[in-house]
Amino acid sequence: MNYKEHKSEPFWWGMFSQGGVIAALLIPIHIFLCGLAVPLGLIDPELLSYERITALLQNPLVKVYLCVLLIFPLYHAAHRIRFTLAEIGLHSLAKVLPVLCYGGALLGTAVVLYILWVLF
Amino acid sequence: MSDLRTIKITVLRYRPEEEDEPTEQTYEVEFRDDWVVLDALNHIKDHIDGTLSFRWSCRMGVCGSCGMMVNGEPKLTCAAMLRDYYPNEVRVEPLVNFPIVRDLVTDMTDFMDKLKAVKPWIIREEEKPVSEGEYLQTPDQLKDYKQFSQCINCMLCYAACPVYGLEHDFVGPAAIALGHRYNLDSRDEGNQQRQHIIASKEGIWECTYVGECSVVCPKHVDPAEAIQQTKVATTTNRLKSLVMPWGNKK
Repeated sequence: MNYKEHKSEPFWWGMFSQGGVIAALLIPIHIFLCGLAVPLGLIDPELLSYERITALLQNPLVKVYLCVLLIFPLYHAAHRIRFTLAEIGLHSLAKVLPVLCYGGALLGTAVVLYILWVLF
Repeated sequence: MSDLRTIKITVLRYRPEEEDEPTEQTYEVEFRDDWVVLDALNHIKDHIDGTLSFRWSCRMGVCGSCGMMVNGEPKLTCAAMLRDYYPNEVRVEPLVNFPIVRDLVTDMTDFMDKLKAVKPWIIREEEKPVSEGEYLQTPDQLKDYKQFSQCINCMLCYAACPVYGLEHDFVGPAAIALGHRYNLDSRDEGNQQRQHIIASKEGIWECTYVGECSVVCPKHVDPAEAIQQTKVATTTNRLKSLVMPWGNKK
């Protein structure tokens, strides 16, 4: 067996790993704020109104924060889905799966950047 | 002998000169309270059926030879007490994920090749002369790698690993953990020589951190942690070499 150090895998795994941290630490806060706190009446819905949020988006720091929040977990999901699909039997697609999964994440990245920097 | 009890032991049999497919055979064994599964197998071999084949050596959890599937779980049979299974019957099968040579004996060639490939020994660029004395190590430096040095090559982790079950090219838990053990050793300078196999596609990147290897290890080695630590270190080094290509690659 000829082994060769894999050069791109550390990048994808690094994104997966960072995405996992963000998904575990930050996303629950947003689920709580939008999904529970507002419907339960714990915070005033006006605080999350469209006008307020779009005004917030004018601050580049908020855009950067949203990029981190939305983009990294895409790579976490892509990596998980890639390995899950391979392990449930799609072995023959081992070469195509990374292209599809990380390609999806890259596309998602472009969409997030477009929404945040072009539309707003 | 009032403390004798009888337990049923079902053993997977495979005699390639007689049968194409493995079969099973059940034996009734009278056992004492302090008997382990290996004692029952030796009792069968000595007194009931001398044709049964299995590996064993030390009987004390040191040699790593007697690993088998006991009721579906990878175990050292010298450490699996019969009383813990009684009154239920015990099923003994060869370690899964390895080809069967005969009865409970598996073919370890794949593991031995991988073990050799990670170079699990101290590599020095230059040996210092004997007159300069020993390579000294602080207790902290010893602590860095000690748990990983406890591996006895019993291969229970390979039988437990679902990734190895699917992907036989996977270098696997014990071989990676042993490579890591030497990479962590302050006396070793062989990191670069192991990197191409440990950080290959078939190496750490194949692992999905299921963690069963660490659960079944009879010596409390944590191969899953070794793989995780190596992933973090490899990713950090890769990032460093991209950001600072002029930096010292270590």
